[in-house]
Amino acid sequence: MILDEKHEMMRKFFRQFAETEFNSELLDELDETGEFNKEIFDKMAKAGLTGVKIPVAYGGQGGDYLAYALMVEELARRSVVLSIYANTSNSLGGGPLLYFGTEEQKQKYLTPCAKGEKIVAFGLTEPGAGSDAGGTTTTAVQDGDYWVLNGRKTFISGAPFADYCIVYAKTDPTMKGSRGISMFIMDMKLPGVSCGKHESKMGICGYPTSDVIMENVRVHKSDLLGPLHKGFAAAMVTLDGGRLGMAAQALGIGQRCLEESISYSKERKQFGKPICKNQGISFMIADMATEIECARQLIYHAAAAKDANSPESSKLCAMAKLYAGEMANRCAYKAVQIHGGYGYIKEYAVERYYRDARITTIYEGTSQVQQMVISGALLGK
Amino acid sequence: MKIIVCVKQVPDTSGKVAVKDDGTLDRASMATITNPDDMNALEAALALKDQNPEIKVIVVSMGPFTAAGMLHECLAMGADEAVLISGREFGGSDTFATSQIIAAGINHIGVEEGDLVFCGRQAIDGDTAQVGPQIGEKLHLPQISYVADIKLEGNTVTCKRMLEDGYMTVQVQTPCLLTCIKELNTPRYMSVKGIMEFDTKPYTVLGYNDLKDDPLIEADTIGLKGSPTNVFKSFTPPQKGACKMLDGSGKETVDELFGIMTHKHII
Repeated sequence: MILDEKHEMMRKFFRQFAETEFNSELLDELDETGEFNKEIFDKMAKAGLTGVKIPVAYGGQGGDYLAYALMVEELARRSVVLSIYANTSNSLGGGPLLYFGTEEQKQKYLTPCAKGEKIVAFGLTEPGAGSDAGGTTTTAVQDGDYWVLNGRKTFISGAPFADYCIVYAKTDPTMKGSRGISMFIMDMKLPGVSCGKHESKMGICGYPTSDVIMENVRVHKSDLLGPLHKGFAAAMVTLDGGRLGMAAQALGIGQRCLEESISYSKERKQFGKPICKNQGISFMIADMATEIECARQLIYHAAAAKDANSPESSKLCAMAKLYAGEMANRCAYKAVQIHGGYGYIKEYAVERYYRDARITTIYEGTSQVQQMVISGALLGK
Repeated sequence: MKIIVCVKQVPDTSGKVAVKDDGTLDRASMATITNPDDMNALEAALALKDQNPEIKVIVVSMGPFTAAGMLHECLAMGADEAVLISGREFGGSDTFATSQIIAAGINHIGVEEGDLVFCGRQAIDGDTAQVGPQIGEKLHLPQISYVADIKLEGNTVTCKRMLEDGYMTVQVQTPCLLTCIKELNTPRYMSVKGIMEFDTKPYTVLGYNDLKDDPLIEADTIGLKGSPTNVFKSFTPPQKGACKMLDGSGKETVDELFGIMTHKHII
């Protein structure tokens, strides 16, 4: 796809922002401490990144899916974890509010989320319900004007500092599987809400992840999001758009791995010549570049399909996530291989990218779940 | 009230500089950026607009049609209008002829009481710092150069004018012209919203025919023929190695230096 002038300008803006603001000291600090950095988040919010894909009427920038994909790609090219900072409000956090919120809910929750004034986490996964969200055991029981929530969500990105969490809970225990689940907007400061310990992760350090525990949490009925008992279908719609962002993140990882490999292999000399003069190295670089370009075209095409409301878009987003996630891991592997021993040292960017790449075939739907979505679209469920 | 900001598309000096046979720059074959000081001038104008939304910010540039991309970026940053002065007759102009043409362009837009004209201190290609002050002279506007701070109160502008060994505080009445330096501010980024909307804003191209009736525009005052400067020779200077200064305590600095040298396989 040849980008039009506006999207080229957006790419330039996102790249300029990432290259200027994401300095090495900040990236090292995020990786070493694993802590959320409010200062850079606020800068990203001020630049409008937290609301790129959200309509102007709700405090966003009014960009399309292609703009969103370009943003995540360019930010991830410089820092994978910081691409998550800008991604969540446009995706899993803001998405359910945008797609299913009432006008009042949008004004109350989506607008501050788009502006980066409030942070919304996405609480779907449970200890026993990962890829199989139908196994949700968190319950919500109506009590007058309130729903009383009980249960535990796990691996919730951003939970320790989130203002709100979109929680999925079983509202009709008589309905089997993924039916009878509803979405709620839960204020993280409500009595009965607590977070577990921060998970110590392999990569994407700097955006804390923890469990969210709910013990008799009373959520007002006005905070029921979307239709009652139909939360699972809503989660799927949200995850559909999220996949595109995660594919773009994987693309940014691949691109950075390629750039680091090109520059290192031209500089590093062995046997009296730069290592890029060896076909063993140069062919790896050729393969990386080819796969990255395949992923890029697929992702941009999927984004354009989403923007056009194409019925193909769900399948295309799953394909993009599947291919780009696997591609990013192959590229990160090759990048470390090209760097040799230095690639195993934390001082080199590829070491961090190798760790960060690993999550891209896991979260927001494993590669195997993407294969289920794609084959389901082709063969019927 | 309006602020007219002069911006120039310049070669990205991190790339190679190409020169034509007549000694002028071959701009078409070089990667370009917006002149950095001009970005400070634009930011100063946009910051004043943030305080007073009534202010209209108009960016003006002289150059080939390819300068449109730069002007679009200025609109995406928040400028209200863009004017490109472009014509074969203007090609090859030196600072004298350029300021003559831009001044005519600004006359065409019109400078009224209360208006301001902002320029960057100098462009990174010629480094003359002449065009801004020359525009001011030709428009008969009071001017302050090397501005590092601007306060606007009614029709009075108070500026901090930087000198080599200190600064002056200068007051001037509008309309006036200021040339801005990088210490003035940090230019903002474009925004996605700004990018989505830039093509809804007025964009005008002024050619020779639009400006030819201005007294400043004469055949012997514009273009290569009207330029008193004759370029004897242009060349790309030999590249110097990049220099990085390390600050900090002895041990930290040595550790950092050691890390850099290890990284580059020097040691």
